[in-house]
Amino acid sequence: MDAWTEPFFLRVVAAGLLASVACGVIGTFVVARRIAGISGGISHAAFGGVGLGYLLDFDPTLGAAAFGLAAGVAIGLVSRRVGAGLDTLISMVWAVGMALGVLFVALAPGYAPDLTGYLFGSLLLVPWKYVLWIALVDAIVLGGVAVLFKELQATSFDEEFAEVAGLPVEALFLGLLALTSLAVVVLIRVAGVILAIALLTIPAAASRQWTRSLRPMMAWATAACAACTLGGLLLSWSVATRVDVALPPGPLVILLAAALYVASSGARALVRRRAEASGSA
Amino acid sequence: MSEPAIELRGVWFAYGSVPVLEDVNLVVEPRDYLALLGPNGGGKTTLLRLVLGLLRPTRGSVRVLGVEPTRAHGRVGYVPQRAQFDPEFPIRVVDVVRMGRLRRDRMLRPLTARDREVAARALATVEAAELAERPIGALSGGQLQRVLIARALALEPELLLLDEPTASLDERIGTSVWELLAELSRSLTVVVISHDIGAISRHVRSVACLNRRLHAHPSRELTPEMLEATYGCPVDLIAHGHPHRVLQDHGGTR
Repeated sequence: MDAWTEPFFLRVVAAGLLASVACGVIGTFVVARRIAGISGGISHAAFGGVGLGYLLDFDPTLGAAAFGLAAGVAIGLVSRRVGAGLDTLISMVWAVGMALGVLFVALAPGYAPDLTGYLFGSLLLVPWKYVLWIALVDAIVLGGVAVLFKELQATSFDEEFAEVAGLPVEALFLGLLALTSLAVVVLIRVAGVILAIALLTIPAAASRQWTRSLRPMMAWATAACAACTLGGLLLSWSVATRVDVALPPGPLVILLAAALYVASSGARALVRRRAEASGSA
Repeated sequence: MSEPAIELRGVWFAYGSVPVLEDVNLVVEPRDYLALLGPNGGGKTTLLRLVLGLLRPTRGSVRVLGVEPTRAHGRVGYVPQRAQFDPEFPIRVVDVVRMGRLRRDRMLRPLTARDREVAARALATVEAAELAERPIGALSGGQLQRVLIARALALEPELLLLDEPTASLDERIGTSVWELLAELSRSLTVVVISHDIGAISRHVRSVACLNRRLHAHPSRELTPEMLEATYGCPVDLIAHGHPHRVLQDHGGTR
């Protein structure tokens, strides 16, 4: 059976490719600015919102977005005031979000059927409505980054000088964290709250090895993310049709991304050694 | 333009319970060229950060170009001693220098042709035009220092603060930086932290010594009392052009 003739597969691929845009653009800032820890906190805190959605019977994805945004802004505000101890604060937000989620789900009436989808991703079950939401998040992320690119670049690179130049560095940081929260919610669909952070960081880190400024890094991170998502989906599909084992694509996407990173690092080292050899010859 | 460039009145500062500055009073007139001396940990960088509005005094008042320090943002250039940023950050030199052109009220607008020109000129001023397309992580210490000076110049500052700008430079480039500062000090106010007493004695117009308390001096002459009060021990001052000990023997070890 050919995957590309299945309407549901096209929908899933559309969702995965659209999610790659937010993944590559925001992942670039996450890696360059080294806010992977904050992003992990946002992602796990979002699970509290998923649980609240189950408990109060509204869309858990909306809950995830609300909790993710709140966690991002809270960590962002406090991080600029405490300085030291930020990692402790992040781990607290991280764990408290998860704890709330588990309690809310336990309190919710009945059985939560697709809970693992929120933990590890549920790309195969994505409805058209979410494909549109992902496109909307892409538009917000791309619009925000395009309009404020030079300011986001400056504050990410050297916040102190940006402040001396007169930029509103705190507002820009919170804005970046808000965009990060939106991207995280999108990636929860692909890889779940536990694995989303890997998708945000690994493709961008591989891209970083081959690029020297943010814009190409974003483009290549998006391409890497799209390639891994597509690869994970096709792998899941072919395993399902050939040996009749249903592997969730989310973890496959993550493992492919990790393999890509290892391959990229190896290639990078090889290129460098060759350049040194030809330089010394 | 009679407003002082910097005015500190009874400024105290402490990191937690560790006192760093005690009752510092300092007035820097426009177009002055002041060198700030003092031992490590004496509070020099803290004083610059207070002037930049990056720190607030525990007590006392700081005015910069006649206003609160944070309101002077965008008019004050700063060259930090150690880069505060990640050398792995993917950014080109030219984009670093153009940071000096960013302002709050121009956020949503692209950089103008003039912005690019000012940044390019600043890079040329520090003889680093050929570095424009390099990634920031590929620069040597001296090249990076020049790029940071260019970034501060690109801001077109009325007041320029530099924290040990020549510490990582070789002698030829260091000399050219001192000559550049001397040139700039004709049109703007310059405050420089340095340990290079020879260069200071040649170039600056006034000197202040900081060791928690400030010992200001209206000329560039360094007295043994100032240095002793600053460094907490007798110091031999060997100045350029005087190949002998210029201070009287202060007794002690001999």
